[in-house]
Amino acid sequence: MNQLLKKTGIALGAAALAFSAFVAQAADTIKVGVLHSQSGPLAISETTLKDTVLMLIEAQNAKGGVLGKKLEAVVVDPGDQNADWSKFGVKARELIEKEKVDVIFGCWTSVSRKFTLPVVEELNGLLFYPVQYEGEESSKNIFYTGAAPNQQAIPAVDYLMEEEGVNRWVLEGTDYVYPQTTNKILEAYLISKGVKPADISVNYTPFSFSDWTTRVSEIKKFGSAGKKTAVVSTINGDANVPFYKELGNQGISAEDIPVVAFSVGEEELKGFDTAPLVGHLAAWNYFQSAEAKANDEFIATWKAYAKKNGIKGPYVTNDPMEATYIGFGAWVKAAEKAKSTEVDKVRAAMYGIKVPNLTGGTAEVLANHHFTKPVLIGEIQADGQFEIVSQTEEVPGDAWTDHLPESAVVVSDWQNPKVNCGNYNTKTKKCSGQNF
Amino acid sequence: MNLLQQTFIYKALQNDIFGRYVLSFVIIIGTVIPLLNVFAPEGSMFDITTFTMTLMGKILCFAILALALDLVWGYCGILSLGHGAFFSLGGYAMGMYLMRQIGDRGVYGNPELPDFMVFLNWDALPWYWYGFDSFGFALLMVFLAPGILAFVFGWMAFRSRVTGVYFSIITQALTFALMQAFFMNKLGFGGNNGLTDFKDILGFNIQSDETRSVLVFTAALVLCITYFVCKYIVSSKFGKVLVSIRDAESRTRFLGYRVEHYKLLVFTFSAIVAGVAGAIYVPLVGAANPSEFSPINSIGIVIWVALGGRGTLYGAIIGALVIGYAKSYFTTSFPDLWLYILGGLFVLTTMYLPEGIAGRLEQLRQKRNGSKNDPSTPAKNAELEVAK
Amino acid sequence: MKIIKSLTIIVLAFSFASFARANNFEQAVQGLLENSNKKKAAAVEQLAKVDDPRSLPTLKAMLDAKLYYKKDDKSLVIITDLEEGATVHNLMSQSDESISDKRAVSKVRINNKLRRLLRSSIAVLELSSGDMAIRLESAKNLAKNPSADMRDVLIIALEKESSSKIAGFLSLSLGLIDLENEDPAVRRKAVDYLSGSVEPQAIGALKALTAKDKDGNYLEQDKELAAYAAKVFKRVDTKMQLFKTSENMLFGLSLGSVLLLAAIGLAITFGVMGVINMAHGEMIMLGAYTTFTVQQLMPELIGASLFVAIPVAFIVAAAVGVLMERLIIRHLYGRPLDTLLATFGVSLILQQAIRQIYGANSVSVISPPWISGLWEVNGALALTYNRIYILLFAMLVLGLLALLLKKTLVGLQMRAVTQNRPMANSMGIRAGWVDAMTFGLGSGIAGIAGVALSQIASVSPNLGQTYIVDSFMVVVFGGVGNIMGTFIGAMTLGVINKFLEPQVGAVIGKIIVLVFIILFIQWRPRGLFALKGRFVED
Repeated sequence: MNQLLKKTGIALGAAALAFSAFVAQAADTIKVGVLHSQSGPLAISETTLKDTVLMLIEAQNAKGGVLGKKLEAVVVDPGDQNADWSKFGVKARELIEKEKVDVIFGCWTSVSRKFTLPVVEELNGLLFYPVQYEGEESSKNIFYTGAAPNQQAIPAVDYLMEEEGVNRWVLEGTDYVYPQTTNKILEAYLISKGVKPADISVNYTPFSFSDWTTRVSEIKKFGSAGKKTAVVSTINGDANVPFYKELGNQGISAEDIPVVAFSVGEEELKGFDTAPLVGHLAAWNYFQSAEAKANDEFIATWKAYAKKNGIKGPYVTNDPMEATYIGFGAWVKAAEKAKSTEVDKVRAAMYGIKVPNLTGGTAEVLANHHFTKPVLIGEIQADGQFEIVSQTEEVPGDAWTDHLPESAVVVSDWQNPKVNCGNYNTKTKKCSGQNF
Repeated sequence: MNLLQQTFIYKALQNDIFGRYVLSFVIIIGTVIPLLNVFAPEGSMFDITTFTMTLMGKILCFAILALALDLVWGYCGILSLGHGAFFSLGGYAMGMYLMRQIGDRGVYGNPELPDFMVFLNWDALPWYWYGFDSFGFALLMVFLAPGILAFVFGWMAFRSRVTGVYFSIITQALTFALMQAFFMNKLGFGGNNGLTDFKDILGFNIQSDETRSVLVFTAALVLCITYFVCKYIVSSKFGKVLVSIRDAESRTRFLGYRVEHYKLLVFTFSAIVAGVAGAIYVPLVGAANPSEFSPINSIGIVIWVALGGRGTLYGAIIGALVIGYAKSYFTTSFPDLWLYILGGLFVLTTMYLPEGIAGRLEQLRQKRNGSKNDPSTPAKNAELEVAK
Repeated sequence: MKIIKSLTIIVLAFSFASFARANNFEQAVQGLLENSNKKKAAAVEQLAKVDDPRSLPTLKAMLDAKLYYKKDDKSLVIITDLEEGATVHNLMSQSDESISDKRAVSKVRINNKLRRLLRSSIAVLELSSGDMAIRLESAKNLAKNPSADMRDVLIIALEKESSSKIAGFLSLSLGLIDLENEDPAVRRKAVDYLSGSVEPQAIGALKALTAKDKDGNYLEQDKELAAYAAKVFKRVDTKMQLFKTSENMLFGLSLGSVLLLAAIGLAITFGVMGVINMAHGEMIMLGAYTTFTVQQLMPELIGASLFVAIPVAFIVAAAVGVLMERLIIRHLYGRPLDTLLATFGVSLILQQAIRQIYGANSVSVISPPWISGLWEVNGALALTYNRIYILLFAMLVLGLLALLLKKTLVGLQMRAVTQNRPMANSMGIRAGWVDAMTFGLGSGIAGIAGVALSQIASVSPNLGQTYIVDSFMVVVFGGVGNIMGTFIGAMTLGVINKFLEPQVGAVIGKIIVLVFIILFIQWRPRGLFALKGRFVED
């Protein structure tokens, strides 16, 4: 037993020695953490984002880096075959504690963000989260560069009501937080617009659901009651393929019952047989088909970068990529304004920063850690691209929706020193929960 | 000294050389690492990051789980492909307590309901959440939830003499059904997100290094206790009957033993141990997640035991430690290779190393000692179970 | 809706005779070149009015997104496949020509509103077609969005219509239009029109008419009409209940056939040989990916790709199966739990290999046109063709397999070896070879199942995982070692599932089925159809 103790001690000592030598590297670069899965079920969507960050870093370094220092990417893989999301938290901790990164770009699903949040709050890190999500959150240490519900879901519903005269709704989603919250907000919104509860059908299916026969036939019947019906789909990932296939096979075309999706973009359409989908809609803040000079440049840069690095084609760009682009641009600008990459200084410099987006407009960083974004509605085309049928002005992202009583009274403001929290209850005049 | 020699622990370890080594190692992990994490100055060569410490704590929990499975599989021949379910149930019971501890510090500041219930418009706490404000009650449920499920399930299955692969398949169905259920937001366990955002446990901040250190130490302690309890069980008369059930179930029954009672008892005990492991695991990782119920996780436990050596208690611990660490290393450094390695381990272990690492160690030792009279290695007999 | 009226006049005047030509086709199509969808819509309305043989093809091409215009002379062309040197049809000169540059043409883009307008315009034009199928399609399309302007056209068409099915749709449209009328008599007649139909539109309209408020009074002003509609609705409703049950049954059998396909290979490897093959799901996945690869290799022949994929998938999966048997499983006979673990290891390796070759996301397997579409008995009862094909295909595979096992020498040898290995050996059967073949057969059939399942599920490396638990449930429930049991088991579970789904939802339905099987196994540990005899005791 003594022997063992001695041996273990030696081994531990050696390991610690090697480790500390590793940490003691001279830090003359700025470290940028990339927290996107490269394995596991989310890999394909997230790998593109990892490459986007790397591409942006390369371009920034070519321009001379930030504050005279080169950026250095530290890529970790929080992906897990068994969908163990807690790895995001573990890897975020590794990035901040071990790698001492100044900023992290990463996460995909809300669960992955929920696991990262306590870590970045505890260690005072900085995370840029590039995906549309359900809102109801505003952390001091996270900037949400994707859409909040008021920047995606509500304008899409407005479009269908006004342009297509829809007055009967199916809210179909995968059973997790984003669809649940989005649908709840939409339900409240639709009822406030005079839609009768009987004209709303809400249904949830599990992840990777594949047998849509019964459900699609129910939707068909629901949609034939003499009122114009639309489906608002928050169906996630895999389950979309059989869903759209079943719609096509049961003869439900976009003119009969249009489906507007919030989770189907150019990247996802690569895995679809798009012919039967033509005319169905998606709502995003960006489409590859957007006509803007910045977009043309971005697409060209991306294609060149992807080809150079042997990334498998076809090369498409999508909304989370644009969100990453905006977040990265804003961070660089804020760091230069603050003349530092320290989290607190960068954060203070972020508010009010304006960076160009890829659809010809400007994204402004708001005090609630969200951005202003235009809402675009697109119809799916046979070639897997979207035809933009509607585009709004930039809408400020709202962390706490106004359409639910519980959160209507909550606001987030990290700039106003009197509030300075992510969940200020205007009724009780108090901040609640989370770190403040 | 004489008194010490009288104790069970001393007796148990007397003939268990490798068990001694393994347990010493566990104790070192469980004490030195937390101490270094908390007291060693940051950046010094002895500093252990919280990351490493949490990882060690997780692996210790896995080792407890492996012991639980080894007891039923290695000693009684019941291959459960659903032990992940008991682990998760224990974890959820603890998670529910931790959720209640958040109180009004959630983002909505609702003192009555956890956040996920608030934004799903629940107006009252469901009845099955009652009582979880109390740590004692939660602890009770950590034992009862997996225990009762295992008792009812086992009672039905063993009584109808569902054995061998049939039992394995229906335990897989059990955990699969539970996974489906826990993924539903309607059920009131947080759906896909599970239970998260914990603040503190027994009043201590759950994210602080000190709390984590205590949790890691607890994991090591529970592992040691479980080891001794299991050791006691397998070396008792009860344990001998278990082994005889494994090796020749019908014969044991004809000898007059109520086979199903023995099976039921050990299965229920094992499920409770798995639940306890889950209950330590959840505060360590900071979340209870429904994907823990996935059948693949449960099969993963089996490979720990198989690699370590089924039918030897310390083998199960070795297996969990080795694979737990390897997984963490490979998924970081070579994520693409990990599944090949894990898959290869399954194939190679079953084909070339049916007695696992422990079996190989025993062989080496016997070769060195030139003696073959160690009764503590029934591993070889594992194969017999099939030939009954 | 002036078009309709003037069209009606034309129809009346010429009674489907050839129309006099107006030369404003060229003028009408100018609007199609505009960017604004409103102007395009106006152009479509005009085009439908213009009496020119080119109108219909133009509208149809526009709907199918095949209508382009040349950037130089603004002439409209129909292009099926846009590529260099493709032959295109010029609508202005009415001749075929070829284009040299893809960028020389631009697509006439449409949105959903235009699509709807196009579909009803085409429907009105084709309502007088001589082809019954086209008329039926038109009548169906009109019934989707009937508007009062169409009333006259519908009445004329209804009088002339000989097919009762088409007439049914026409009267449905008429009924829906007349229900909006002010005259109570017309409305009563409208209810009669609707009474014959079980289409969802008719049911919806009747339901709305008979809706009651809290006190049980009709919301409808015309109480007499409402009462009459209620009587009609009651009659239709009984019919609907019957159709609903039939539909659930049909869906159930369809799900059952999917389960059967997934489980049938396992019924051989597990059922006949007693090998727990956890990599069975991955054999299905291999079959699905083979289909994808075959389609990639022959993009021109998507229609035939499935027929090519079936034998290829069989060979690929069978080869992997034989390899597995020879290298691994052979050494583990008599140790079922170890086989379970080893094959699970293989499943992980196969998954990861596919993930590295094809990527982690799902790949797009294209459905050939002949497999898409809907078999519609009536508005209340329908099943998609792909499900029907899978149902038939599953039966076919089951039949062939039964034949192979019962009637051929190989089948005889397989049964001999599984029943008594030493005896079979001493009779001169090479047991090792038969083992490999049996396992190969089971795996190959799983591969074929993969081809079929690629048509309804998304093809990703996790495909096998989604079916493995279900497959085991089916085999265990049906009774191990009994192909017929597998069939009955699959169908029973499918039907139970589909009857539960509308009541409790898909997830709870599935959980109930799982719990049901777990309980069932307690009651009959050897499944529905247990084999009897010595073999069972192993």
